Amino acid sequence: MSEDDAPSVADADIPDDVDVPEDVEPETMDSDVEESAKTVPRSVPLRVEGLRKEFGGITAVDGATFAVEEGSLTGLIGPNGAGKSTTFNCITGVHEADAGDVYFRGEEISGEQPHDIVERGLVRTFQIARQLGEMTVLENVMLAPGGQQGESITRSVLPGTRGRVVAQERELREKAWETLEFFELDHLATEYAGNLSGGQRKLLELARALMTDPSVLLLDEPFAGVNPTLEEKLLDRIHDLREQGLTFLLVEHDMDLIMQNCEHVIVMHQGRVLDEGPPERIKNNEEVIEAYLGGEV
Amino acid sequence: MDANATIERGVGFARSSTGASIVTAFGAVLFLDLVAKLAGVSLGPLETPWFGIWFGGDIAVGQFAGFIWDGIVIGVVIGLASIGLSLTYSILNFANFAHGDYVTAGAFSGWAVTYVIAGIGGLLAITESAVNAVTGLGTYRLEDADLVRLVLLQTAPLEAGANMWLSPAAIVIGLVAAAGMTIVLSLILDRLVYRPMRDADGISLLIASIGVAFAVRYLVALVFGANRRIVTSSEKLPSANLGGVIVDAHEVTLVVVAAILMFGLHVLLQRTKLGKAMRAMADNRSLAQVTGIPTERVIKSTWIIGAGLTGAAGFLLVLSQGGLGFQTGWLLLLLIFAAVIMGGIGSIYGAIAGGLVIGLASRVSLVWLQGDLASFARPTAFALMILVLLFRPSGIFGGVKTA
Amino acid sequence: MSQTTTDDVLAPLRRVFANDAAKVAVMYIAIWVVFYAFGNHLGYGNSGMLSLVRRVTFLAAVYGIVVLALNIQWGYAGLFNIGVAGFMAVGAYTVAMLSSPPAGSPPGLGLPLPIGVLGGILAATLVGLVAALPALRLKADYLAIVTVAISEIIRITYNSPAFSDVTGGARGFGNLPTSPVETLLLQDPTSPASEATSLGETVFSFAAEYGISQFAVVNTLYTVGVLLVLLVVYLLLERAGKSPYGRVLKAIREDETAAQSLGKDTQNFKVRAFALGCGLMGLAGIVWFAMGPRASVTPQTFRPNITFYIFIALIIGGAGSNTGSVLGGALFASLLFEAPPMIRSIIQETFQVSANPGNLIEALIPIASGNLAPLGGFLLNNIDSLRFIGMGILLVVLIQRKPDGLLGARKETAAGVPLTADTRPDTGRADADAAAVDGGETDE
Repeated sequence: MSEDDAPSVADADIPDDVDVPEDVEPETMDSDVEESAKTVPRSVPLRVEGLRKEFGGITAVDGATFAVEEGSLTGLIGPNGAGKSTTFNCITGVHEADAGDVYFRGEEISGEQPHDIVERGLVRTFQIARQLGEMTVLENVMLAPGGQQGESITRSVLPGTRGRVVAQERELREKAWETLEFFELDHLATEYAGNLSGGQRKLLELARALMTDPSVLLLDEPFAGVNPTLEEKLLDRIHDLREQGLTFLLVEHDMDLIMQNCEHVIVMHQGRVLDEGPPERIKNNEEVIEAYLGGEV
Repeated sequence: MDANATIERGVGFARSSTGASIVTAFGAVLFLDLVAKLAGVSLGPLETPWFGIWFGGDIAVGQFAGFIWDGIVIGVVIGLASIGLSLTYSILNFANFAHGDYVTAGAFSGWAVTYVIAGIGGLLAITESAVNAVTGLGTYRLEDADLVRLVLLQTAPLEAGANMWLSPAAIVIGLVAAAGMTIVLSLILDRLVYRPMRDADGISLLIASIGVAFAVRYLVALVFGANRRIVTSSEKLPSANLGGVIVDAHEVTLVVVAAILMFGLHVLLQRTKLGKAMRAMADNRSLAQVTGIPTERVIKSTWIIGAGLTGAAGFLLVLSQGGLGFQTGWLLLLLIFAAVIMGGIGSIYGAIAGGLVIGLASRVSLVWLQGDLASFARPTAFALMILVLLFRPSGIFGGVKTA
Repeated sequence: MSQTTTDDVLAPLRRVFANDAAKVAVMYIAIWVVFYAFGNHLGYGNSGMLSLVRRVTFLAAVYGIVVLALNIQWGYAGLFNIGVAGFMAVGAYTVAMLSSPPAGSPPGLGLPLPIGVLGGILAATLVGLVAALPALRLKADYLAIVTVAISEIIRITYNSPAFSDVTGGARGFGNLPTSPVETLLLQDPTSPASEATSLGETVFSFAAEYGISQFAVVNTLYTVGVLLVLLVVYLLLERAGKSPYGRVLKAIREDETAAQSLGKDTQNFKVRAFALGCGLMGLAGIVWFAMGPRASVTPQTFRPNITFYIFIALIIGGAGSNTGSVLGGALFASLLFEAPPMIRSIIQETFQVSANPGNLIEALIPIASGNLAPLGGFLLNNIDSLRFIGMGILLVVLIQRKPDGLLGARKETAAGVPLTADTRPDTGRADADAAAVDGGETDE
């Protein structure tokens, strides 16, 4: 019943204190990547080099190379079929890339299992929200944090250790409520996730991703199918989290939204990076305009 | 925590593909051993701490040829039955656990017809009786026969004269009836069970098919009784001894009929639009629907083709094996699954080839599984299936499914 | 306002019935009442009645155990294992091999029973692990085919004459370990006629006052023991389910990719769930076949049919719910399995059905002349086949109409703490907001 004294996991999951230590990079930098490290700015948590993925003869990603800066809100745009989602899938281990490397905080993570990548702090959401419909919103959010004692059967079951599991669950629940309040989903906490609206599902997915204590979030079209009010809310939350030090890479179709909110934009076309830079530069790039017109008309 | 690490290591091992190479190496050793056995060369024993291993040995070529022929006979039946399962698996997207009982239903209905015709004295006798009945002359032959016992397959085989040599017409008509009745059964069941569930996931359909399997199997038991019986008579049946292999007329009939059916199917699917539509549906049902393929009609055709061949396979199985019980098809089901998986789900030629591989594997394995170990012939086929699933889930002949 | 008054009256009742223990208790009592009525109608005496009720209780309990084991695999983790029979066989055979007297045939190792039971559970777990490590990568329907094939391989291995020295071959393991109840109550547990221990003396003399034989006492106590095992397994799985572990399993069942993208090593969770389930299936096989009053371990017992019975029971109860599993097991064992033969006897006695046609055709022909008795007699005599046809139809209807089960709700929350509205740290706003759930904004 002691909800006040929660020291053991206090450092684990609260979104408010998500804080990316600045000194991670130099420590983990090994000689292999030193060369490429010279060419990019120092604090680059995520770097993709020459990524390539084929599906039965069709090349979805064809040598994509880009980097995401620490603390940035980077937009990844491109016409349909440009390979954005496949790039996400390759970065997060859902697909195995045919060629190319992905570096996270200086370490190569290509070929790692999705769950290992999440443990490193690189977490993604999906284009079509993958809410767990037969679980409540609260359950969804409580699922996410890593290092839960009770994920071991024996500790959950045995009388001696069950107490600690329950204590951690209580702290987790508290944190879950906080996160839900942050996303203004708290009034839906006991609702089954399957009953949520499209926009609420997107919010829930972001809330859930946040509970894993990430340092870089990859959001795949977080605004698709979200009404303007919720979109506003979602954007506000993203900006809040950025101020707390999180890094975002955002796939989005809505050009205006990207141009207004991102300070760095990467344009993909036919599996390659066509151009990247600040929004003003992208807006005036003829090739980009053509790719979009060519893609949409 | 230690346990977790162990599990993790195991998972890691399974993920790597060293297993496939071990399996391949094992297969190669067996092949060399077989060659040595046939050549009568034997090396050994290679001493291990517990027992000696002999490499090679002696196996008569005639005995081996016998295994091969038996394997082909059972393999052809399995192949014929697997076509239907493979088709429904790819087009309706579920593993039909009732498929074995379709085999049983076909066998019972077909043989009931054969029994009645043969028991009365053949087509000639039936025509004669009919003519006599119409003209009022002569006698009915029908009255001599105990129809009930014939229909329920309770008459002794020789008495009924169920034999390819004695009553070929009865056998052929029975074969057609087996296919026909199985088609009717499958269409009724599709209408009642599967059609209301078209959009359900594969596992729900699979569970439903288990229910269907139970219902059909015990309905057969209710009608025909739960006892296993011998229905074909091998008396007066011509057979030939080809280099130590005894080949009888029933086995030849089976292989010939199966080959004709398979060829017919090949022509049907190559020459008509149906084949194309079926392939399209197997690939992506919603896309096929959008492009104007009449999916319900294709599904119906799938059941008709699949069930027809399955019923025929059931009838032919009994022709060659002689025995028939209400569990006959159910016991064959796993072998049929093995053939389908072997050939790659959705591939008709794969299913036929898979059937042959499974049939041959279950017989040729007897080269090594002698004496008390002979009961492991079936498990060998199952193990083969499991290995294929683990290392080449698309089937050894490269099936159509990739996902 | 009468609506509210009835609500008020029913509220306490509803609250009691919302309690899982109450549901199970009511179900068992109902089963006892029904079978007592059956026995009464058929004029059973005290010992006959006891044996009738005991048998149905025993079956309900063992089904409960094995359905619970399947529920952790299928209901929680979505692993479609239809090789249950094989894993039960491993448990039953292993305990027989380890703990049977070395003098019998086939000989056992004569180890103490607890070690044997532990060994049986471990062996089933181990076989499960070996099967699971590679097979869990497969699509659900492939896993189904692989597991049923493995269970057949296991059965054929036990059946094979090649190992009959160790397994008893097709005749089964004829030399079973002594029932723990006999060890407790008899001085020489190997002979039912031996002197009772002092504890046995007390129990037997107490039972004798009600005209209950020593044999019946042993059987009844064993059944009580099985009920206790069921309780322990239930509590164990309830804890495992209502924990972060169960939560991850649920997430895997619904969307494995989502669980992975939240950092869960889903393969690891699946393997552990599968192994746990297999171990419990081994335990079920042991208490059901290897130690019971009518224990018999034969290969024929472990045909795939029994796996499907267990599935039907789980689907009746509602996959995903532990309480539903216990209820489903009890309902299946009593109403679908034990009741039909009883009902046959009752109908035969009540309506004096004596007609016994040899086959369906002979039964149907008299209908033309308005005589239904032969058909009735035929159907009653073939009630076993009818029962299976009924089960098949029931399975189809359930999966079409009520895929979440007749009794259970799949949606039990999986957490070590309650997750209701009032669990928020600052509870003040909780109730007001909870009411707004229905009116939540939608944009689709």
